[in-house]
Amino acid sequence: MESLSPWVIFFASIFTGNILLVYFLGMCSFLSVSAQVKTSLGLGLAVVFVLTVTSALNYLIYYYVLVPLGIEYLRFIAFIIVIASAVQLIEMIIERFSEVLYINLGIFLPLITVNCAILGVSLFMVIRKYTFIQSVMFGAGSGLGWLLAILAMAGIRQRINEKRIPPALRGPGIVLIITGLMAMAFIGFSGIVQIQ
Amino acid sequence: MIFKILITTAAMAGISGVLALLLVLAERFFANYGECKITINDEEEFTIEGGSSLLSSLNSQKIFLPSACGGRGTCAYCKCKVHEGVGPILPTEEPLLTEEEMAENVRLSCQVKVKQDMRIEIPEELFNIKEFESEVDKITDLTYDIKLVRLKLTEPKEISFKPGQYAQLNSKPYNGVKESVSRAYSIASPHFEKDHIDLMVRLVPEGICTTWVHDYLQEGEKVKFVAPMGDFYIREDEGEMIMVAGGSGMAPFVSILEDMARKKSKRKMTYFFGAVTKKDLFYVEEMRSLEERIENFTFVPALSGPEPDDDWDGETGLITVPLEKYLKSHDDLEKSQGYLCGSPGMIDACIKIMKNYGMKSDRIFYDPFG
Repeated sequence: MESLSPWVIFFASIFTGNILLVYFLGMCSFLSVSAQVKTSLGLGLAVVFVLTVTSALNYLIYYYVLVPLGIEYLRFIAFIIVIASAVQLIEMIIERFSEVLYINLGIFLPLITVNCAILGVSLFMVIRKYTFIQSVMFGAGSGLGWLLAILAMAGIRQRINEKRIPPALRGPGIVLIITGLMAMAFIGFSGIVQIQ
Repeated sequence: MIFKILITTAAMAGISGVLALLLVLAERFFANYGECKITINDEEEFTIEGGSSLLSSLNSQKIFLPSACGGRGTCAYCKCKVHEGVGPILPTEEPLLTEEEMAENVRLSCQVKVKQDMRIEIPEELFNIKEFESEVDKITDLTYDIKLVRLKLTEPKEISFKPGQYAQLNSKPYNGVKESVSRAYSIASPHFEKDHIDLMVRLVPEGICTTWVHDYLQEGEKVKFVAPMGDFYIREDEGEMIMVAGGSGMAPFVSILEDMARKKSKRKMTYFFGAVTKKDLFYVEEMRSLEERIENFTFVPALSGPEPDDDWDGETGLITVPLEKYLKSHDDLEKSQGYLCGSPGMIDACIKIMKNYGMKSDRIFYDPFG
């Protein structure tokens, strides 16, 4: 894997390997917070931050602590602890600098801890044997990919709110259908570059 | 094997420890708002540790804004003006503020956090509100579901209030109810008896505080309350006072009428009190004695559903019936004042009738049970 340029990984994880639309990770907060562009942007930025920080920290912990001690099997626990701390940190920062965003994000801010996209990125990084730079770029790219997806969805939802939707499809129903359509559109990118 | 277990444990503990240390440092840096100065009405000021809500910061300085919901952001009683040192209006405040209030910097003090120096404005009379420690002196049954609770003040030893105002009683946790709640009850004792207050508490099915008072509160027990609050008191004037109450809505009027008797007021006063049957009726003798002591006072009790053996020859029907009959036979209602205390339904119905007969809405005062 060392041959791949970090930039390729960065862009690939935004478009061709979008963590949300291709791997369908991080769906719960995506479905519930995507009602408004403003809050989506806030949560998206928080996810970018947490993903970048945790992929770097988790890389260091995995290769410099867990592997030398031969306790790789504990990576799930170690990764989750790191993620939880990073979320605590970002929570403090948001509460300090934007209380409106803090209240709007509500329970979904602490729930980033269990956003599977975050743990997913750390685990993929190990499986795909990325280097440190590659891991950080992968984390940042995946975060931006998630941000892109939730922003697109929020934009669409703000528009369809003004339209007439069959009652049976209102709410999560139409959101899931649109997610599916967006995912299909993103598959169109997959011919450009593949990272697996 | 043991060595391996130790290494593993140490490694995980080490990782958690380092992260915890980082978080503690970050908290010092980000969540530490330092000391904040709060200036009230450009007169008083105090310094507190930032980070908690404005309401609880004020409480810690013994300044009590009314709050019936206990900081959950639903009752909207704790409004105050915040002129400086606060961010934009929060989504939790928006539904409870009118546009004029937003323009005047009115905020919910339970939602606003103290993060920097603040300049706020609160009504002058709120400075009077204090927390009292008291002891239950006596609990008397007024009817089968209304109790009169007399609280003897221990600290501070005296209270001053305007007749008609209310106190916020703090309940204690009891059987199955873990939280302590605060609920508002009008003070029934006259304001010149300063060493105690009387509250009339009607049992509300499933009510946290009323169940506590009825089933658990014992004589001699220590309880806390915050008082005096509310703007339901007598406006001095020449015109007639038309008072209407139901159930434990009797309380503020007992205090008001005792005050009138003591002042030897010559104002014309008529007091309509509604109950269902005779067993819901109470304080009739006290009212009859007040009729003798106050020159122009008439007490009109009415039963909406008297039992056959109640032997009732007074007014019947909902309280609106005798009220309407009285207003109909009356002219010059423009100068009269209306005072209402009871359920929101009763109050709405009475206000409607009073307005129909020409009473002005800014001369009708009321205190609905929440």
